Amino acid sequence: MTARRTVLEAAEIRRALTRIAHEVLERNKGADDLVLLGIPTRGVTLATRLGRRLTEIEGRPVPVGSLDATMYRDDLRRHPVRSIAPTELPDGGIDDKVVVLVDDVLFSGRTIRAALDARSDLGRPRAVRLAVLVDRGHRELPIRADHVGKNLPTSLSERVRVALEEVDGTDEVRIESDAAEVSA
Amino acid sequence: MRHLLSAADLDRAQAVTVLDVAEQMAATQRREIKKLPTLRGRTVVNLFFEDSTRTRISFEAAAKRLSADVINFSAKGSSVSKGESLKDTALTLEAMGADAVVVRHPASGAPHRLAHAGWTRGAVVNAGDGTHEHPTQALLDAFTMRRHLVENATGADLAGRRVAVVGDVLHSRVARSNVLLLNTLGAHVVLVAPPTLLPVGVEGWPCEVSYDLDATLAGGHGDLDAVMMLRVQAERMNASYFPSVREYSRRYGLDARRVGLLPDHTVVMHPGPMNRGLEISADAADSPRSTIVEQVTNGVAVRMAVLYLLLAGARDLAPDAPPAAPPAEEVALTEGVLP
Repeated sequence: MTARRTVLEAAEIRRALTRIAHEVLERNKGADDLVLLGIPTRGVTLATRLGRRLTEIEGRPVPVGSLDATMYRDDLRRHPVRSIAPTELPDGGIDDKVVVLVDDVLFSGRTIRAALDARSDLGRPRAVRLAVLVDRGHRELPIRADHVGKNLPTSLSERVRVALEEVDGTDEVRIESDAAEVSA
Repeated sequence: MRHLLSAADLDRAQAVTVLDVAEQMAATQRREIKKLPTLRGRTVVNLFFEDSTRTRISFEAAAKRLSADVINFSAKGSSVSKGESLKDTALTLEAMGADAVVVRHPASGAPHRLAHAGWTRGAVVNAGDGTHEHPTQALLDAFTMRRHLVENATGADLAGRRVAVVGDVLHSRVARSNVLLLNTLGAHVVLVAPPTLLPVGVEGWPCEVSYDLDATLAGGHGDLDAVMMLRVQAERMNASYFPSVREYSRRYGLDARRVGLLPDHTVVMHPGPMNRGLEISADAADSPRSTIVEQVTNGVAVRMAVLYLLLAGARDLAPDAPPAAPPAEEVALTEGVLP
């Protein structure tokens, strides 16, 4: 038995992204040199949406790309082999730009560490920032997000699932836990 | 996937996964910094009992681009020339801690023996065994075809494509692996060769057979999407399989006139090394539709994908290994603490 609890609904996700978009622009003092890089799979979807918001607010296009960090992970040997998603940098690359990494859930921080390593093989940005939809805590590395949609206190036995319309057909963030573990 | 011994080891989904991963690997090889840290600390041994340039270099480059340590072992100048057996060589490599053994051997079945005799715990990759198989060559050929013949290649197979494999099928491990893999991927294969250069039992292979190259190129088995020329393996021929080089070349060689019979989109392939002027003429080999040089480039990406899929993840647990059970331990601790 799996217990599910919805913590963010479509409208809340939309508002969170809009707020992050304004925060990014405020922090960067405009859209100059901004590049959004989504971390596959759902980070890319979020980066695309965020890029659309930024374009609407500033009235000029903000480049969006993807950064797959699978081959830079330090825990590859602990899991069955993972497939690799595309890394696509926008035209103009990331040299001397302000890169905003976008991911759905910030958890141990290992994905972001791997993404930072992957980034160093692709170019040298002026600054790298991190935007996430959900920060669920339990960091294992000294990494924090600059922009957070929602801080979500969780227990380690719970799973945070982000569903996005483009990938999953619906917008929602939910927490799942095995009912047996909860009752025990 | 534990080993890669035969193209038949891969089902459609696995084969497509290898090609998709290879696509991402190829993308990394267009970057300024081509090296990835993925297989750091892993050791790949290239165990070559037979001469090879491109396959060995290709595997070496693939392993190094993924940061694995590479040990090259060639039979010449090693203890093999003093009479060491495959088993003792394998035990030596195991003692050195090889995570993967890439093996080429003149005897068909040697990689299979190496993988299943319990001599090594490493993953075994067949890099060509006798006249049997050469699965990574088939994968790089399929990868090259998919890039040229299929739009939106990611996730796609080669369903409905028609491929002619021409020449010395009898001695060709490339042909066997290609027929198996292309069939898995949904392509239709026609073997074209003189009867003397077809193996016994070819009627049981999942392909058609033709003795007439001109008729096949002109569309006798449907419009072709790719023509793969095979090297005439003179070093394995201990009898005369055809009357003369000139006659072979006239009946089964690919020249500019025969290229002209093909539809415009058809690619011309050759696994190399080529005998220019024998199975393929210089102007066919160097024509714009030839993918021969590209095949070598793609070989590195495909071998990176194979090494990644075999070595990067957690090793399969042996079937009798006890399952990890941390929850039970937690329960026991809790019970001990609570009254």
